[in-house]
Amino acid sequence: MTQATFIKAALDPTAPLPAGLVTPEGAPATKRFAVYRNNIVVGLKDALAQGFPAVKSLVGDEFFSALSDAFLRSHPPSAPRLPLYGAGFAEFIAGFAPAQPVPYLPDVARLEYALRESYHAADSAPVDAGDLSDPLLFTRAVKLAPSVRWMSSDFPITSIHAFALGGPKPEGGAEDILITRRAFDPVATSFPRGTINVLEKLAAGDALEHAIEAAPKQLDLSLFLRALLDGAAITAIQEV
Amino acid sequence: MLDQHKFLPTAVGVGYKSAHFSNIMSGNTPVKWVEIHAENYMGAGGRPLAQLRSLYEKLPISVHGVGLSIGGERDLDADHLKRLKHLIDWLEPASFSEHLAWSTHDGGFYNDLLPLPYTDATLNRVCDHIDHVQETLGRRMLLENPSSYLAFAESTYGEVDFLREIVKRTGCGLLLDVNNVFVSATNLRLDAFEYIDHFPHDAVGELHLGGHSEDEDENGAPLLIDSHGQKIVDPVWHLYTYTLATGGPKPTLIEWDTDVPEWPELEGEVIRAAERLEKVPA
Amino acid sequence: MSTQSKTLALLGAMTTALSFAGVAHADGQEKCFGVALAGENGCAAGPGTTCAGTSKVDYQGNAWTLVPAGTCMDIELPAMADGSERMGSLEALDRDLPMES
Repeated sequence: MTQATFIKAALDPTAPLPAGLVTPEGAPATKRFAVYRNNIVVGLKDALAQGFPAVKSLVGDEFFSALSDAFLRSHPPSAPRLPLYGAGFAEFIAGFAPAQPVPYLPDVARLEYALRESYHAADSAPVDAGDLSDPLLFTRAVKLAPSVRWMSSDFPITSIHAFALGGPKPEGGAEDILITRRAFDPVATSFPRGTINVLEKLAAGDALEHAIEAAPKQLDLSLFLRALLDGAAITAIQEV
Repeated sequence: MLDQHKFLPTAVGVGYKSAHFSNIMSGNTPVKWVEIHAENYMGAGGRPLAQLRSLYEKLPISVHGVGLSIGGERDLDADHLKRLKHLIDWLEPASFSEHLAWSTHDGGFYNDLLPLPYTDATLNRVCDHIDHVQETLGRRMLLENPSSYLAFAESTYGEVDFLREIVKRTGCGLLLDVNNVFVSATNLRLDAFEYIDHFPHDAVGELHLGGHSEDEDENGAPLLIDSHGQKIVDPVWHLYTYTLATGGPKPTLIEWDTDVPEWPELEGEVIRAAERLEKVPA
Repeated sequence: MSTQSKTLALLGAMTTALSFAGVAHADGQEKCFGVALAGENGCAAGPGTTCAGTSKVDYQGNAWTLVPAGTCMDIELPAMADGSERMGSLEALDRDLPMES
């Protein structure tokens, strides 16, 4: 029997037992094979439940079980690293018909995955306060930390995410989200829509003064800069 | 690194869980070494690697791979092997071990230790993969005996003979999981003591102990499952004592991976193992 | 705003940001504990034979019976920017969802 036959049968509970898998008496080992069927699904479901706790809370255990079951059978991990399993989960949810009544669910999954990426990103040291007093600072470009992530949503995702994990009732509307990590725990901060344009320009190496031209008028620049500094998001000041 | 961290001590260690970080780092503990799962430390940075750096200053570390798929039909995953080499080169652990199993097929990782038929074809493939791993890492690895739930009609070797042949051909060492022996022997109606009697103990670099859960197959026969979610049962303690008497004292690991208990309960298992290990003359 | 006045605004913002940086966390920030445990590899088997892997209930086919029923039930979002009435609650759920086969 090939491993292709084994895994195909293990992933499909309606498939017959592959020939040649036997009990000590030589009889077909149907229930024993179910141990593997179970392990594969339970292990990957647990990994998704731990990686997407807010998605799970929002839809409830039963729905999440079916959703994660459908995902893992069609999208098993592409590498043996469960800490980063689920990169395609948000997109899968967006195409999962029963999840349509919860239109913000894909973005909650996107946020949870971005937090996880940030959590595992390379360490880096923030710039010294002295470098920020450079008189030509605003003509310089900045280097962003590997743990910095950002995303945009039509929904108040940071507050929905917090609510799902036990926080107060969500409010607000569309937002852009900046994720930073000073030591080990990522922090998601909400900003007005359009803020990620600034981050994209900074990431592309534009000078600070040019990058902020892209800021939406509702953006409180001092809060934004403070989030970058508090979050150790700037690791170097460099020539444009 | 500290010289005494280059080898596993003949003492008791635990499978590391991040929930127990401060227990292991602080004060007196009977835990003399820790084992980590390689795949959880392949990120670029952050808390997991920071914790690992602290552990490595404190205790000898064993790296235990769970995703290399040594029994896989295809070539080893080159990217995964590269990540593993990066970790091993950085950490210089006291030991590296993997499983006689497969878990990857066609680029999909199925997160379980799937079984192999013991045939010449499997033997050749597993030995090629072990040679590849040992050459890439530049060190000897230990291979762990699996927990079996069923048998392959096509098998032509017994498990111990199969492992002996792998050791002979590749020069690798073995990790003898005593709970797996008990689980497999019960499930396949073999004699666990006979398995231990015939095992090549000279090749054994480490022992594992863990808890299993109990089920039944459709015929009412016992079906034990290697769930690592509860205390080690008395028959497994007994088999451990027998293994020590037969093969001599060896570094011993307590594995508890699901429903991870509070530290005192895990420490209790460590103490139980240490009491047995310390009674065996070297 | 001219480039010069933008730069002045930025300068002011930077001064304010620097004077507060590290003092306390801004409102609207969410600290994410619990990420530490996200999906680790292990080598334990699941606890049995009868649940997830062998359940034909979960496996395909019946997605149309699924209804999200967690904390999303308690969320009501305001109308969308485009004016459409997209509610987070499920009262308005259209049950004629496409069936997966």
